[in-house]
Parts: sequence; structure tokens; C-alpha cells
Amino acid sequence: MFAYPTVRTSFIFLAIALAGLLVADIAITTANPWQDLGRLFWGVVTPNFFSTEGLLTALLRTVAFAFVGVALGSVCGFALSLVYRFLPVRMFCAFIRSIHELFWALIFLQFFGFHPLTGVLAIAIPYAGIFAKVYSEIFEESDPEPSRLLPPGTRSIPAFLYTKIPDCWVQLRTYTAYRLECGMRSSAILGFVGLPTLGFYLESSFSQGLYSDAGAMLVLFYILIATMPLWVRPKLLPAYVLAAPFFLGDGMPIIWGNVKRFFTEDIVPAPIRNGEGLVGLSEWMGDVWINEALPGIWNTVVLTQIALVATGILSLLAFPLISRHFGGPVRRTSGHILLVIARSTPEYILAYILLQLWGPSMLPAVVALALHNGGIIGHLIGRQTNTIQLRPDAPTGLSRYSWELVPRVYRSFLAFLFYRWEIIMRETAILGILGIYTLGFYVDSAIQNIRFDRAMVLILITALLNIGVDALGRYIRRKLALKTMPTC
Amino acid sequence: MSEFDFHGLTASFEGQRVIGPLSFHVNEGEHIALVGKSGAGKSTLIKVIYERLQQEASLIPQGLGLVNALPVFHNVFIGQLDQHPTWYNTLTLLRPFSKDKKAVKALLDELSISEKLWIPAAALSGGQRQRVAIARALYRQAPILLADEPISALDGPMAHTALTLLTGRFNTSIVALHDVEMALAYCDRIIGIQDGQIALDEPAANLVASDIASIY
Repeated sequence: MFAYPTVRTSFIFLAIALAGLLVADIAITTANPWQDLGRLFWGVVTPNFFSTEGLLTALLRTVAFAFVGVALGSVCGFALSLVYRFLPVRMFCAFIRSIHELFWALIFLQFFGFHPLTGVLAIAIPYAGIFAKVYSEIFEESDPEPSRLLPPGTRSIPAFLYTKIPDCWVQLRTYTAYRLECGMRSSAILGFVGLPTLGFYLESSFSQGLYSDAGAMLVLFYILIATMPLWVRPKLLPAYVLAAPFFLGDGMPIIWGNVKRFFTEDIVPAPIRNGEGLVGLSEWMGDVWINEALPGIWNTVVLTQIALVATGILSLLAFPLISRHFGGPVRRTSGHILLVIARSTPEYILAYILLQLWGPSMLPAVVALALHNGGIIGHLIGRQTNTIQLRPDAPTGLSRYSWELVPRVYRSFLAFLFYRWEIIMRETAILGILGIYTLGFYVDSAIQNIRFDRAMVLILITALLNIGVDALGRYIRRKLALKTMPTC
Repeated sequence: MSEFDFHGLTASFEGQRVIGPLSFHVNEGEHIALVGKSGAGKSTLIKVIYERLQQEASLIPQGLGLVNALPVFHNVFIGQLDQHPTWYNTLTLLRPFSKDKKAVKALLDELSISEKLWIPAAALSGGQRQRVAIARALYRQAPILLADEPISALDGPMAHTALTLLTGRFNTSIVALHDVEMALAYCDRIIGIQDGQIALDEPAANLVASDIASIY
């Protein structure tokens, strides 16, 4: 079995994760974790839709921010995809998408304040980078023959409109719709840094122990995501996009003096601001590096590796839930519901809830990341097994699982897993804002202490780390000859 | 303008030479049939000539090169994109002008598929797709036609109609054909290709079908 490179790679990653478990901080520190969990479940079962009048507003704002942010991101991403073949453009896009929405929000909050622009840009900027990459990949895969046949004097715009757009239209539309769903999740968690979306109300209900209110919000959010195919119609889309900017709320006015101060003073490293010269700067950099960046990187990498393997194990356990090769329709329907819930809950919200219940440690983060990502990969793999035709006398039960199905889907399983590696790391870094000692923790504390220069350096380091893991993931996928379509 | 001298044409695939070096002269007004076994290098030769002419020819490749998601009308109209300003082409994509509709429909009438004008190319059968590609080549009105097996999916009468149209509307043409009878009937010069070289080059009037059989 170890002759297969895919199996060897899997065991190397498993060993790294097990070693990581030895040094990771995994614990349940609250006094009554199960009682709290029970109360949360009771809250979801008995949702209270009428206590806060803000609930519907929050839902409306969540949808509005998602629409405006994703629309702006897709327009800019489309423009960037047309010039994506130029290396500086590719690097720029890789950079803006390696910084998480919440980090962008934290940056914009410092100078735009609670203006709607903060939330819109926080979604639009990283999404533009992702759209540019995926759109350009879609264009590259289109049929080159029709454009070769055009008369020589044809201008590039009509050539593009007649040969590329029609050929790619369905894929562009499917991917954009899919990103809109991701945009809903991004929009919801922006509430955790104070924007008026679902996360904000979820956090305040939780902190007051109003579990039924929190449950109502979660239930509404699931309904919102699950019914998207019904209310997001191509014909209605222009109306939504045009109307959405009017439902963002007023927020607070932008104080332009703050914008100027942020760029000319706040983010300039302290030693330069105070004229301490290069010696001061290198001391300052050394301090940031040893006391914040290194521990942050270490914890981020350890947590990412554990979460990656946990995600893999969970996906392999979860895919039979929706596979038609096992069990009956009742079990498959409940399997579908379970996986829909797992993948439509943003990992940030899962981590937040688990952290409230179990207390601060890496455990809630690992479980949250594994549940969300395992739900996504389990769903994709399960759907893939449904296209497999087994011979009539194929074994059943565990033998069918381990001899017939897993070997057939293992390569695409690994492809999805390595594709999500970078996404898991980006999320791991951001979960630091909740109090786990990953890079996000150090960014957040630097911002709390009004040391934006440090925060910017740490965000840059996080971005570089993500770009590095993305490159490594692509290298491994190429080495193992794994191919996949993008998932968010 | 429509007289050509091809000198030392070659093409290689994965380091292996598949055609040439071969040279020949094309006179204005000639209709040339390329014949030969499959794999002899006819398609590659057509491609190489197309590149030499810098796209100044109407091309019907074997793959046809239709935009599957677009209706038949736009797949034909695409042949004249260079004749109109960008705004005109963009508007046509959304709502075609009636004079273009009339012109395209008249052309499709001659090929008996005008009833498919608004059907996406993806929904057509093989023979219908081939007729759309022929219509596109005719609509482009280039001085020369380069076609690679343009009638392979057409039935008898339709194949005759199509070849009559193609050789009638283009002043000069180079067409790869596996049907020797058709080649002799519609072209005035036959070039036989064997292992990437010219094995035969004669006026059609001097040949009968059995003369060509030797290179198959």
C-alpha cells in the first residue's frame, strides 16, 4: 500500500498532525461544557424570532453587504482576469486574496470607521482576487478554435464577446452564484468586528445568554442559504444588485482626517515615525518577529495541520451519509441536511460558539474547521460516488466502503483537501481574533493597543504564509497529478 | 492578389516531420482538391497554408470551430465581425439588425437550414453544424477558401449543393476531400498527398478516379 505516492503523502501528513497534537493546546476549560451545549441546542429547537427587532434588519444587511461586495468583486475580478496573463497582475491578485475578509475589515475600520464602505470593500477586495483567478482559468479552458477563424481585422472586444463569453457563460454564472453563497457567509461574520450583520447580533445574544435568540438567527441563516436557488433568479439579479446599496444602512460618516492619518502616520513603523533610524527599525522588527510573528506562525501552522487532517478524516467518514451506495432514502436525506448545516455554517461562527461552550484552546478551532470543511469535501465526494456504477455482485457495508469506493475517490478527495489547505490556513489565522494564539490574535491585540504599524506587518506576514501554503499545495497536487475545480 | 507561391512548407509534430518540405504554385481562379489517405497530412497542410495566408482566407476546419452557445445566426454573422464597428457588433449580439438577418437567412436558405436561424449551434446535428460552418465561410467573402472535408457529414444532394456553392462563390479554393468522384467533378486541379509529400499534381481533366487510387 505504501507503494502509492498518494498513500505515502497521506501518512506523512497524518504523522505531522499527530506530532502537532503533542505540542498543541487542546483542552476543555469551562466548568459545564455539556450543559452549555445542551442549552444551545435547546435554543436552536426553540428559536425566538420576535425578541430583537434588529433581527430582520441584520438579515437584510447581511444580504445587502453580500450582494454589493460580491457584485463589485466580480466586476473588478472580471476586469483583472482579462489582463491576468501579466505576472504583476497575478501577484497582485494572489496578494489581495491571501488576506482574509475580516483582516480587510479590521484595516478599513481604522480609517473609514463603521461606514458601509468598510464592509463592502472587505468582501469585494479579496473576492476580486479570487474571481480574477477563477475567471481567467475558465477563459483559458474555452475552445480556442472559433477565435482562430475570425477575420483578421476583428477588434478584440467583439472577438471576446462572440467567441469567449458565450462559451464560458454557464461556468461563469455557476461560479459567481456559488461565490454569492460564500459572500453571505463572509457578510455574516463581518458582524463579529462590529458591522451591522448577523454576526453582530449573534455575538450580543450569546454574551447575554439569550440562546433562543441566537438559535433564531442560526435557523434564519440556514433558511436564507438553503433557499438561495429559489430567490436568486437570473431575472431578479439586476434588481437585487441595484437595490442592495440602499439597504446597507448609514453607519457612521467617514472622517477623512482619519484616512490621511492612517496612511501617513499610523502604519508607518514607530521607529521611523520617531526618527530612530535603521538601528531602531531593525530592533523593532526583531521584537515583532520574535514576540509576535514567530509564535503566531508556529501556532497557525500547528493548528492548520491538525485541522487539515481532521477535515480529511471527517470527510471520509461523512461522504457515505449521502452516497447512494449505502442505506435508504431516509438516512440519505438526514445525511444531506447534516452536511448542508455543516457547510453553510461559517467556520468562524462554529468556532465562536464552541469557544463559548468549551473555553479557549485550539480544540474549538480544530472542530469548527473540520466540521465546516469536512462538510464541504464530504458533500463533493459523496456526490461523486453517486456517479460510480458498481458491479451487481459488489460487496456491501464496510467492504464496499473500503474496497470499492474509497480507492476510487481517494485521488479527488486528496485534490479537494490540498485545494482547501490554503483556505484552512487563512481561516486558522483569522480565528486568532477569538482568542486562540494564531496570527490573528497578535494582529487583533496590536490593533487593540493602537499599534497599527505592527498589525500591518503581521497581516503581511500572514498573507505571505498563505501564499506559501497555496504554492506548496499546488506543488503537491501537481506532483501527485491531482486535478480539481475550485471550491471556496 | 489571389495568386500564390508556396515554397518549402513544413510541419512537425512532437519533433517528427509530418509534412514537407513541399512547394507548389496556386493560380488565380483555380479550384484545387487535396486527396490522400487519412493521416497523409492534408489537414496539417490546410492549417499551414492558413497560417501562411495570415488568415486572409475563409477556413472550414474539420472541427468546424462553431461557438456552441451562440445561435446559428451569430455563428454565421461572426464571419463579418471586421466589417462593423464594435458598438454594432455588440448590439447585434443582443438584437440583430434586420438587414443582417435577411442576408444570413438568404444564405441559410440556399443550404436549406434557415429554419434553424435562432437555434444554438450545440443543439444541431453533425450535418447541420457542417452547413452552418459552410455558411459562415461564404458570409465572410474572403478571396480564397480553405476547407478540410467540408461535406463529410452531408447526404448526396446536399453535398452537391454545398460544393457548387463553395466553388462558385470563391474565386480560388483549396479543399481536402476524401471523395475522389466529388473532387474530379468540382475541382479543376488534383493534388495527391502521400506521407506528407506531393505524390500527384495534375489537372482534373487529365485524370479518372482509378488514376488517383494508387496513392490510397
